[in-house]
Amino acid sequence: MAQIELEGITRTFSLGEARVLALSAIDVTIEKGEYIAIMGPSGSGKSTLLHLLGMLDRPDAGYYRLEGRNVTTLSADELAAVRCQRIGFVFQSFHLVPRLTAGENIALPLVLAGTPPDVRARRVRKALDKVGLASRAGHRPDELSGGQRQRVAIARAIIMKPAMLLADEPTGNLDRHTGQEVTELLEALNAAGTTLIIVTHDPEMGLRARRRLMMRDGILNDDMGKGA
Amino acid sequence: MRATDILRFAARAALGYPLRTAMLVLAMAIGVAAVVALAAVGDGMRRYVVGQFASLGTNLVIMLPGRTETSGFQPGRFVTNTPRELTLDDAAALMRSPLVLRVAPLSVGSSEVAANGRLRDVTVLGTTGSFMVIRRLSLAQGRFLPEEGWQRAGAVAVIGATVHHELFDDGVAVGQTIRLGDRRLRVVGVMAPSGQGLDMNTDELVIVPVAMAQEIFNTRSLFRVLIETRGRDLIESAREDLARIMQARHDGELDVTLIAQDAVLSTFDNILVALTMSVAGIAAISLVVAGILVMNVMLVAVSQRTAEIGLLKALGAADRDIVRIFLTETALLSCSGALLGYGLGQAAAWFVRLYKPELPAWPPAWAVVAALGMALGSGLLFGVMPARRAAALDPILALARH
Repeated sequence: MAQIELEGITRTFSLGEARVLALSAIDVTIEKGEYIAIMGPSGSGKSTLLHLLGMLDRPDAGYYRLEGRNVTTLSADELAAVRCQRIGFVFQSFHLVPRLTAGENIALPLVLAGTPPDVRARRVRKALDKVGLASRAGHRPDELSGGQRQRVAIARAIIMKPAMLLADEPTGNLDRHTGQEVTELLEALNAAGTTLIIVTHDPEMGLRARRRLMMRDGILNDDMGKGA
Repeated sequence: MRATDILRFAARAALGYPLRTAMLVLAMAIGVAAVVALAAVGDGMRRYVVGQFASLGTNLVIMLPGRTETSGFQPGRFVTNTPRELTLDDAAALMRSPLVLRVAPLSVGSSEVAANGRLRDVTVLGTTGSFMVIRRLSLAQGRFLPEEGWQRAGAVAVIGATVHHELFDDGVAVGQTIRLGDRRLRVVGVMAPSGQGLDMNTDELVIVPVAMAQEIFNTRSLFRVLIETRGRDLIESAREDLARIMQARHDGELDVTLIAQDAVLSTFDNILVALTMSVAGIAAISLVVAGILVMNVMLVAVSQRTAEIGLLKALGAADRDIVRIFLTETALLSCSGALLGYGLGQAAAWFVRLYKPELPAWPPAWAVVAALGMALGSGLLFGVMPARRAAALDPILALARH
């Protein structure tokens, strides 16, 4: 059984009078532990696909099965629970809560899931170790560098041991060197078994992935490296 | 989410925007303080007036000559004239009722008093020894009128504090002689200053035996009769008793009016409670205004923290978690505003008491409960809309708008 099965996923947006077909009958199957880059020009629908995979958005037609369970019919609260447990997000602009420390930002998913504080502290410490920021737990985001902020965001994304990591241009706001470090961190997590799906239009980054989904005008144009 | 986590998260959010939080808390505090302080002043006035009435004496029934069909309290009653006189014998007859403890007949007129070579116009009150007990008055010097036969016109007088000051420069007055009209009276006592009591100022009085006053003014009729009953719950039955006695004495006709002190008191009490409530009610409008302010500021907070809300949703926060977080924040702001306002209101009431000690300005419990309840209520009520709006945000749009 594949970890992710998308079948005939279609999504349209209304922009005033016009209807824009953002995704048109997408069929994709993703196995556990894959490393995938979703690529394509602006407006090709790659972000929409990522949002659908992350269950932030719902398709107008088609099925989405996550670990064998049809999630297209779930209620908003059920989706939130699945998101919390199974999906880790990494954003281009980090999205850390500015008034919370690094440790508190990382603990947010655990807080939302209602995990007791002592368990939380233990897991946050472990996650901080994993991203190499053990000494920065008490710092607020504005006291951290861009690379450190993104590593905090990654620690937050993996704290729930999710099935997949969804990264939307994770290095877009970072310089080359720092971006490289962050990419390596994500790849290390992938090597440890977490499915990694990155949206990027950086061809170099795309080439690092074992499988590339090329999007164009809402259509899956090319699926390179499948099964590799 | 755990309740403690929601509380901590909301508190951190509130403290994260100190100026906004301070303004909101202040707005709420002013509203609550206004209600508490104004209710305190209003209730203080009520207590003051009630206290003034109570100083006339308790368990009191006042008998006036003349009768009106309409019962209840009317200021005009105090100056009515009467076709049939109320005499000293009538007053003495009232003592026959077992429910009556004391009776003090009053005869009032004005005259000239002369002493120490000075002359002054004064109100002369003719009464008996019971008057001082019934009215709870006290003496500064000497003693009060002797409790002797009411018909005996003893040549003695008790003077009020102002009269004492004007005629004797606050010196020794007991034993001195004063001239009242064409009578020479010996001063036996001086009243302690007491101030205004309903319709006469005891400080300005010269008090003489009732028979003496009637001789001076050449009249048999009484101005009032004060009757003290044996207990508060006996006032009504005493009134009926007194009415029966007077009817029997006046050929079957009830031509006196009996006013129970309690009836007057409760009328004033009711009026002033209503007044206090309406003043507090007007102040409570500021609480509604504060509530609307809370709503505005929380709506601003929601749009300020759009990205944060989107993030929370992406991380798996259910809609109800978002609602709870924002409602808790509103509740925290309202709560601190209400508590601060309560403190300010109490402080204001304390200042009033400090500078106007005769006004017992304590905020009544109902006002405190209502103010705190309204502050929390309006805060929460007006917090619902922003919280709902936050929960309804589309996480994709919320995250994109960074």
